Amino acid sequence: MPNLGWKCGKAAYVTVVALGFGFLILPLLVIIPLSFNVEPYFTFTEGMLRLDGDAYSLRWYRSILENPEWRAAIGNSFFIGFFAAALATVLGTLAAMGLSHPKFPFRELVSAFVISPMVTPVIIVAVGVFFFYSAIGLGQTRLGLILAHAMLGAPFVVITVSATLAGFDHTLLRAAASLGAGPLTAFRRIQLPIIAPGVFTGALFAFAASFDEVVIVLFLGGVDQRTIPRQMWSGIREEISPTILAIATLLIAFAIMVLLAVELLQKRGKKIHEGK
Amino acid sequence: MNLRGQGNGLGQRIIPVGLVLPLVAFILVTFVIPLATMVVQSIHDPEVADAFPRTLALLADWEDSDLPSPDVYEAMAVELVLSRENRSIGKVATRVNRIESGTRSVFAKTARRLEGADTTDMPAAMIQIDTRWGDVALWRAISEAGQRYTARHYLQSIDLERGLDGGIRSVSEDRRIYNTLYLRTVYVSLAVTLLCFLIGYPIAFAISSVSDSLAKILLVIVLVPFWTSLLVRTTSWLVLLQNQGVINDILVWIGLVDDGSRLALVHNMTGTLIAMTHVLLPFMILPLYAVMRSIPPVYMRAAASLGANPLQAFARVYFPQSLPGVSAGCLLVFILSLGYYITPALVGGAKGQLISNMIAYHIQTSLNWGLAAAISVVVLLGVFVCYFLFDRWVGIDKLKLG
Amino acid sequence: MKTNRILKTFLWVSAVFVLAGWARAEQTLTVVSFGGSYARACVEGYHKAFTEETGIRIKLEDYNGGLAQIRAQVDSGAVHWDVVDTESAPLLTGCDEGLFEYVDDLELPPGPDGTPASEDFFDGMLNDCGVGTLIYSTVIAYNPEYIEGEAPTSIRDFFDLEKYPGRRGMFRAPTTNLEFALMGDGVPPDKVFEELSTDEGMARAFRKLDSIKEQVVWWETGAQPPQMLADGEVVMSTAWNGRIFNAQVLEKQPFVIIWDSHIRDTGFMAIVAGAPNLENARKFVAFATSTRAMVGVANRISYAPVRRSGLPLVGKHVEAGVDMQPHMPTYPDNSRNFLWNDVEWWSERQDELTERFNAWLSR
Repeated sequence: MPNLGWKCGKAAYVTVVALGFGFLILPLLVIIPLSFNVEPYFTFTEGMLRLDGDAYSLRWYRSILENPEWRAAIGNSFFIGFFAAALATVLGTLAAMGLSHPKFPFRELVSAFVISPMVTPVIIVAVGVFFFYSAIGLGQTRLGLILAHAMLGAPFVVITVSATLAGFDHTLLRAAASLGAGPLTAFRRIQLPIIAPGVFTGALFAFAASFDEVVIVLFLGGVDQRTIPRQMWSGIREEISPTILAIATLLIAFAIMVLLAVELLQKRGKKIHEGK
Repeated sequence: MNLRGQGNGLGQRIIPVGLVLPLVAFILVTFVIPLATMVVQSIHDPEVADAFPRTLALLADWEDSDLPSPDVYEAMAVELVLSRENRSIGKVATRVNRIESGTRSVFAKTARRLEGADTTDMPAAMIQIDTRWGDVALWRAISEAGQRYTARHYLQSIDLERGLDGGIRSVSEDRRIYNTLYLRTVYVSLAVTLLCFLIGYPIAFAISSVSDSLAKILLVIVLVPFWTSLLVRTTSWLVLLQNQGVINDILVWIGLVDDGSRLALVHNMTGTLIAMTHVLLPFMILPLYAVMRSIPPVYMRAAASLGANPLQAFARVYFPQSLPGVSAGCLLVFILSLGYYITPALVGGAKGQLISNMIAYHIQTSLNWGLAAAISVVVLLGVFVCYFLFDRWVGIDKLKLG
Repeated sequence: MKTNRILKTFLWVSAVFVLAGWARAEQTLTVVSFGGSYARACVEGYHKAFTEETGIRIKLEDYNGGLAQIRAQVDSGAVHWDVVDTESAPLLTGCDEGLFEYVDDLELPPGPDGTPASEDFFDGMLNDCGVGTLIYSTVIAYNPEYIEGEAPTSIRDFFDLEKYPGRRGMFRAPTTNLEFALMGDGVPPDKVFEELSTDEGMARAFRKLDSIKEQVVWWETGAQPPQMLADGEVVMSTAWNGRIFNAQVLEKQPFVIIWDSHIRDTGFMAIVAGAPNLENARKFVAFATSTRAMVGVANRISYAPVRRSGLPLVGKHVEAGVDMQPHMPTYPDNSRNFLWNDVEWWSERQDELTERFNAWLSR
């Protein structure tokens, strides 16, 4: 019997939840319009509130394009992210396939080992990476960052690919072998289509991990390896201009795209699992 | 069973191991060896030992209550001049200075004056150049800095030092900092974890209890921040919370706050807590949601039909079942908070700094890499302990995202 | 087959990235500096002229002045940087640690009137490992929009929270703050380091800082003080004079500098040990420390030349047209009461005092 107290309780609960969702998303939404502010301020001007067209402009977006540092940073982020994700995906996928094998020895231990970079605080990883990579001449090189980022990204691939392989029936591979298919053919025709969504999701995760990483770049990277987050870091500490907000808006758009891609891949993965 | 499978027993083991091996080797080289390097860095300090081998060998038999014998001075003089020539003297001076502050200039000055000097009474000559050569404290510092392998950085990383009598004691009160920072880091991590739980639990519950189509939309609200760059989220809070920022503007506009007394929301602990909670919230919600999704709503209905009011039903039936998600989310958020660097560095100000900021400081500014490594090892051990306890109490296999 | 298409795309993208990397290989020099308006002044002031005359392209990176990246490069033997702009304290440390090339044999150009460099430079501007490029000051600046009543004029006013309520900005390190604290407590500049060398003097400095600690916002990069002053985050702040000048003249901020008790220091240019383009780096340092280069910078940002021949040549700001002389730290009206930073004193105590300062901050 819904009484008044229950109603109040429910209203309070809905309010709390709504506030929680607001807390999650509003900070991101607020900076989107601010990035179109014609004035170099970080708050809404009266003109903006009146929706006056003159109060809005694309000047901060233009300043990204005009600034060679930002252009270089965008290039670096994609370059490092691409190769780090590629490396992580290849290594991670192979490992996940091996680990999924029913007869794999010490599976728990090995899984924990390959996932450990993901669960170690990144500042600690960065300190170790800084000492060792600098010592072997990988400091301030793109290769160093690619290797470090691939190390951070590989666990994601292992996890996503393992998830798609969770229900995989290994007798299928043996069946294929008994029908005369070589191991590669069996892999390509049977296993790959099943794990493909997991592989791509993992690759996206690995790319995003690299794309967002800044502590290692901060310690290990030099002028030629500045990435977008690294550039934002100095932007915030040095001269905070609304250009940062423009970049932030672009990154939010990018995040939404990645999110959609992951959703699509997961849907496909489900379909395959449920057997089309 | 097929016939070929019979002979394949060995192959069936080798192939999967072979598939995993590249990643294991890769992680070993790119992750484990770096961490090992870090441990070595924290105990290995060869600069002084390399520069003054003979002096240190002679100092080994020295009773440190009195000044060393003249032959120690002789050896020191020779090695000082040598190390000035090969430019290692600055490194030596830095290290001794870290142990006995205010001794840095002694070395270069003495080496410069000793070059080409000819004297029969070396102790007197050196003491004449700088009186501190007649001070036992300097010799003690040299002897201590001369240890190739040392626990010094670890002592320092927990606010301890070796006293005059060789015993271990706390550093003077005005220099104690690391223990305060570990504690503060733990407090902040706990506070962030609690905040994330308080905000995240109702959200996860809401997502898991609404219709599928609405849940999808709500999930997007959680996932967009999750996928958005950390720097973007930190920037937004900086922009929102600053003195002339959106939140203060709104507070002034609705008259809650006077224009002259805008709230200090950023560059302090408040800023750190707000921004870190926001950044880490998805890591609480996703594991919670993953568990809640699997709790059949029948239980709640059953409890209700047995006469429990909704609150009772929730507390007795639902909440216990969601506990694995709670513990997983809390562990993730807590451990991520422990090593957080970027957000406190950008929005924390002086009072919102955590131990990770100190690590970065010693890496980037003071160049005391041994100390940075020692602090990192201490934090890493703390993280290990957390995982160990989690595994004992909950089981590490319960840990999953989404 | 779908997989093949993906593989092909992958190879193509890889190839494009690799080619893009090869395409850029020419004679360059990596110069590392503090960024912001100062870096812009350098680019316009002499980098462009250098590239025009020598054909050497300058790759400019900014940093926050630490030595960590330099040490990482030197220790590993993989040096990427050539020339760094640095301050007197890190120059000393870096020189001790063997992180910089010796430049004491560098042939520096004479002044425009032919005065040899050794006489043209002020005393203490030629170091084994670095050549002085400019004189800058840490000053107190305030935003009159947030100050009520009579304008503050001295360092004492900075520490006077009753007369001038509101938050203060200060550098997040012991350097400059301990000195300001003692001067704010009435110690004359020439007695500051003497007093700081005693335990009581040090305690006195910390006590003075204690008296305003709750109201202090700590800054870490040079761009923050003008930003905080403009936003009203603080009403007064310590700041580097060039940054305040920029805000005053280029961004038309109403900020005012209190020149009383400012702390003066030298900026140096040094070459990283094992620099990949050593010869070009040496050419660059000689060029950058010519009278012409120094005046080029001084006409864009208010940092004074360190050559006797440079000071009188400083004229009007290149863009804004204001007379630069009154903005120089060395201008007679600004120089009535100031303190030279004692780098040697600091190099002995930096680690210990930073620890103590951080401990104090976290209490």
